[in-house]
Amino acid sequence: MEKVLMKGNEAIGAAAIKAGCRYFFGYPITPQNEVPEYMAKELPKHGGVFLQAESEVAAINMVYGAAGAGARVMTSSSSPGLALKQEGLTYIAACELPCLVVNVVRGGPGLGGIQPAQSDYYQATRGGGNGDYKLIVLAPASLQELTDMVQEAFDLADYYRNPVMVLADGMIGQMMEPVAFGEIPQWTLPEKNWATTGTDGDRAPNVINSLFLAPEELEALNIRLQAKYQTIKANETRCEIYQLEDAEIVFTAYGTTARIVKNAIKILKAEGIKAGLIRPMTLWPFPEAAYQALPKTVKCILSVEMSCGQMVDDVRLAVESKVPVAFYGRSGGMIPTVDDIVAEAKQLLGR
Amino acid sequence: MAIVFEKTKGLSNVETHYCPGCTHGIIHRLVAEVLEEMDVLPKAIGVSPVGCSVLAFKYFNIDFQEATHGRAPAVATGIKRVHPDKVVFTYQGDGDLASIGTAEIVHAAHRSENITTIFVNNAIYGMTGGQMAPTTLPGQKSTTSPLGRDPKHAGMPLKISEMFATIPGTAYVERVSVHDPVSIRNAKKAIRKAFEYQVAGKGFAMVEVLSTCPTNWGLSPVDSLTWLKDNMIPYYPLGNYKTLEEVK
Ligand SMILES: Cc1ncc(C[n+]2csc(CCOP(=O)(O)OP(=O)(O)O)c2C)c(N)n1
Repeated sequence: MEKVLMKGNEAIGAAAIKAGCRYFFGYPITPQNEVPEYMAKELPKHGGVFLQAESEVAAINMVYGAAGAGARVMTSSSSPGLALKQEGLTYIAACELPCLVVNVVRGGPGLGGIQPAQSDYYQATRGGGNGDYKLIVLAPASLQELTDMVQEAFDLADYYRNPVMVLADGMIGQMMEPVAFGEIPQWTLPEKNWATTGTDGDRAPNVINSLFLAPEELEALNIRLQAKYQTIKANETRCEIYQLEDAEIVFTAYGTTARIVKNAIKILKAEGIKAGLIRPMTLWPFPEAAYQALPKTVKCILSVEMSCGQMVDDVRLAVESKVPVAFYGRSGGMIPTVDDIVAEAKQLLGR
Repeated sequence: MAIVFEKTKGLSNVETHYCPGCTHGIIHRLVAEVLEEMDVLPKAIGVSPVGCSVLAFKYFNIDFQEATHGRAPAVATGIKRVHPDKVVFTYQGDGDLASIGTAEIVHAAHRSENITTIFVNNAIYGMTGGQMAPTTLPGQKSTTSPLGRDPKHAGMPLKISEMFATIPGTAYVERVSVHDPVSIRNAKKAIRKAFEYQVAGKGFAMVEVLSTCPTNWGLSPVDSLTWLKDNMIPYYPLGNYKTLEEVK
């Protein structure tokens, strides 16, 4: 298959258009600006609409409107922008509207910086807005995976009627790699017979709403949502298991950090230390089972993140204290080096 | 027997939750009648705000989306961009439009988004129990201006129609009232015009409707109508603030 050299942010746009996304609403923020810029150039050529919103708040509410109206629609932003989108996202989740939200994560808190980070893990996986809801969160580690995930995200969203987030750090957004736009699996998707398209005079009105003043009704919505989340958990949990056999130490990392860890594993191997990796590809649902099926040789787990320790919480919950779980991270746009990771592993193993 | 009056098909048969004397009901009816008379009910899509009219989707007999507080114009933008041939409108209170949602309404107007906005100005936050709005009049008591609005502390009330007339993107801006039969008839004419602008593709049209809130004003329904006439209209003069070009 033909490969093209692309920047991550542009690959996001290209993959979305390939997947039939025709509406993009967003607001400029580094390091994701090439996504809206690509969409501004390319969407009109495909009969679509790119609109620069007045803010991220407006952008996510435009997405809500367009998704409710039955369109394939997306927005992208970076960390502070995602903070502003949370109210809109909880409405979208409550109304069970499909859409794609991309977060090209930068360092925080506050205005933070513009260098890569993974410090929005909590925000992405806990549901940064109010109420009991979940986004499906995909975490690509290469541009090919990014391209595939962005395309599949729209099907996942339509199939489950749930917002999907692609959580890409600034490294994924800014680097260039060859990608192929292959055929991804086609889903059989339900008809959007709930969308606000105008009744055309031949059906009862469709209403997109998340207000339920009667507590029984609101609880019923929550019960239905939780059941859906269980189905998603059962069907869509994804992770890569890498060289786990006979491992003394198991690293766990996602996105860019997982790639750095793989290099550390090579070096450790050359020094006679067996190390493996569990790389979650879905952050929600979290691949808990992978941490419960560890080989007996494992002495400890080391979660490596570009944060001050967020995913490590989920790892600890999944491991259920069966193995010690340690953490190593850099933050603020600093990236863990292979040497740092090797040294950390050796210290943990007492070598 | 000849039928001399029928309820518009644009409204459902659900009983509204509005307080006695609240004019939201009248304004709902005017909007629904206009949509029916223009024969656009089958292609109408409404966006309800957060505020007393949050449940408007139950009372209208058309497709609806309920928006986050203040963001109805952004939601309507999303819908209209997907369905440019449909008739899309927002229905918003003064807290929703003139306070939390100023950015969204200004920019929908600024882009000349081809939608219609019905802006219901009752000079108070109704749903949350009578707090001060940006439109609360000087000296007017509310639960968060218990001694009356002090302009030195809270500023003078926002005149939305005047302000929107200055935005290049607005095609039609009119302020009306619903405190007596004549003004109700005029309000309907303005609402019709605002929808005709949209159907003709002329861009953003808004009708500001002066409205009452007997419960939170602490007045009877009849006294509320008088209060509106005597206090609101002098500060918020009725009339047309912008007409881009006549639509036939
Ligand atoms: C983000 C957010 N902030 C605050 C509220 C609470 N709230 C609900 S209605 C409302 C005021 C609505 O007042 P107005 O727009 O004047 O409409 P009215 O009720 O008078 O018709 C507020 C502040 C909310 N639901 N969401």
